[in-house]
Amino acid sequence: MARPDTDEEVWRYSRIGELDLDRYAPLKRQRATQTVVQRDLSAFGEMSAVVVIRNGWIVEATASSDAVDAGLYAGPVGDAPDGESLLGAAVDVPVDLFGHLNRAFGPEPLAVVVPDGVRLGAPVVVVVLTDGDGAAVFPRVLVRVGADASADVVELHTSTKVDALVAPVLEATVGRDGHLRHALVQELGPRVWQLGHQAFQVEKSGRLEAFAAGLGGDYARTRTDCRLVGRGADGRLAAAYYGEDDQTLDFRTFQDHAAPDTTSTLLFKGALDGESRSVYTGLIRVRPEAVRTVAHQTNRNVKLSSDAWAESVPNLEIETDDVVCSHASTVSPVDEDQRFFLESRGVPTVAAERLLLEGFFEDVAAASPHPAVAAMLRDALADRLDRRDALADGASGSAGEGAA
Amino acid sequence: MGDERVLRIEGLCARVGEAEILHGVDLEVRPGEVHAVMGPNGSGKSTLSHVLMGRPGYEVTGGSVTLDGVDLLALPTWQRARAGLFLALQHPTEVPGVSLESVVAEATRQSGEEPGESTHDVHDVLVREASRIGFDKRFLARPLNVDLSGGEKKRNETLMLGALGRSYAVLDEIDSGLDVDALAAVSRRIQEATDEDGLGVLAITHFSRLLDVLEPDRVHVLAAGRIQAVGGPELAERLEAEGYAGVLAEAGASVGLPAGVTHPGDDGHDAGFGEDPFADPLA
Ligand SMILES: Nc1ncnc2c1ncn2[C@@H]1O[C@H](COP(=O)(O)OP(=O)(O)O)[C@@H](O)[C@H]1O
Ligand SMILES: [Mg+2]
Repeated sequence: MARPDTDEEVWRYSRIGELDLDRYAPLKRQRATQTVVQRDLSAFGEMSAVVVIRNGWIVEATASSDAVDAGLYAGPVGDAPDGESLLGAAVDVPVDLFGHLNRAFGPEPLAVVVPDGVRLGAPVVVVVLTDGDGAAVFPRVLVRVGADASADVVELHTSTKVDALVAPVLEATVGRDGHLRHALVQELGPRVWQLGHQAFQVEKSGRLEAFAAGLGGDYARTRTDCRLVGRGADGRLAAAYYGEDDQTLDFRTFQDHAAPDTTSTLLFKGALDGESRSVYTGLIRVRPEAVRTVAHQTNRNVKLSSDAWAESVPNLEIETDDVVCSHASTVSPVDEDQRFFLESRGVPTVAAERLLLEGFFEDVAAASPHPAVAAMLRDALADRLDRRDALADGASGSAGEGAA
Repeated sequence: MGDERVLRIEGLCARVGEAEILHGVDLEVRPGEVHAVMGPNGSGKSTLSHVLMGRPGYEVTGGSVTLDGVDLLALPTWQRARAGLFLALQHPTEVPGVSLESVVAEATRQSGEEPGESTHDVHDVLVREASRIGFDKRFLARPLNVDLSGGEKKRNETLMLGALGRSYAVLDEIDSGLDVDALAAVSRRIQEATDEDGLGVLAITHFSRLLDVLEPDRVHVLAAGRIQAVGGPELAERLEAEGYAGVLAEAGASVGLPAGVTHPGDDGHDAGFGEDPFADPLA
């Protein structure tokens, strides 16, 4: 497998040339430690299962007895019912070098299996932690939501302040009339490189709602494939991202319509501060058999500093008639008219921008599968806006409003 | 001088982009007074309102504005608001994801106060204000002005005017888009604010119906970037019946050209009408 290169379209605008793979090495089997789960999961309330993956290795997997009784399996794929069939269910051939590395070097994948007809009342929460300095980490999660089944699966990707490479893969299939609500909250540390791939495949009349928050990492790239392979399948993708300092956040999305009467919507929204950069490239592909497709794609970026940079590249590839497709993309500073309107009411400039940014992300937050995930996004946003306010106070010598 | 309570606009000249729009506007509004500003489309009424509030893109090229002695033009927009000025926009801005309630909470938050500290009070005030103008309180939590009708936006503006309790309000066509009942409720609320709280009002309007309730102390005719005529409430009725041409001709103004005009000398205030220190340089 050749090393990726920015001459290739899918790697255009990426920082792949800076990556020195030789600096990282996979780690041996990991154990759970007391300090592994630093994140407080209490906001989720009741959970169907909690899994901890440390440096790629499953170190803990606990399901509630209710969920187990209902038929949920959450654990190593080797012990999963019909586990073999999960491998490659949504990705037959890895899409890039990092997918290949994940298969070659990844420890045993996690399987989450929700059998036909089972509707989980509480989320499955997967903590994907990286805390090995110099580690090359290859987590792989396989999700199957059966026919008429429904589940919420939340992945929390975090790290300590290590220098590491993480290449996670998610393969998720949604059966006939099934419903998967998936969330990925990425809060990696500032020195981590992430190159991830999520692949969703939705069968007849199945529904997918996928939410992502891209917050951390030095360079964090996520490729998302949503393949609608059965008649009437529906995929809804929403993401929020926020870049600070010299972070690069890179998203590649594929809304792939391969059956008639399929529908997809995509809403990706980002704010870029400091010298951060974002890349969004999205493709809506409508295959010849996918008549009466309805597909929409929206990417909006707010530049919070003149040194920030956002690239947005929407694409359509339509191979049949009788479709409704749209795409919209914007890169702009905070809306001057909106800010003026709030200021005209007496809202200080900094507070006005804050309200507008919170408002900007509100529709994406509302699309998250669980209130705890929405709260995480809002908290992360508040932290970033606090840092931004502190910088503004420092820079302006605090004219007018003092720092609280 | 500093103690004098008045919103005083003197010789205000302003430019939007390359275009000089205001050519020396003089106006004074005192607490409890209602001043109507009428004028043909494009005469600079909205420009005046934006310049007073410091909207980006509007550049003051001459004159002064003071609010109770405070030099308004030296302040950023939000401080003008907190100094006591309210502007109801002709076209209120839609703000996705931000509720009216959160805006008013931030607009009234004092420096050092934690967010949310006074949200209870704000909520109570807003609910009361909504009922005063017969407005459904579900609008308080909705994204501000998004997908609202023109009339609903104007009621949002009125609601915020009532809740924020500023000293002077510039109302840019607050009556446009309102149905008869809403217009009655909105005009009544503004009238009460002038009576109860001594709100000084500068109401830009095309219609005398608003003025039937508000009973303006003075009616000013703005054309070609200047006040061309001033009169009592009867002037508004005459304008509505006859249009602007007659009144402006009598005042010696030629609409569309900012030529030097004779100002009506006697308007009841000694604001310096009759002399024009900012005579148009092109005239
Ligand atoms: N942003 C702008 N750029 C250039 N010209 C403008 C702008 N806004 C307003 N104008 C012009 O200024 C003049 C006054 O406009 P406005 O103040 O909106 O009038 P009114 O409110 O009295 O109808 C008009 O000729 C209008 O075309
Ligand atoms: Mg106007």
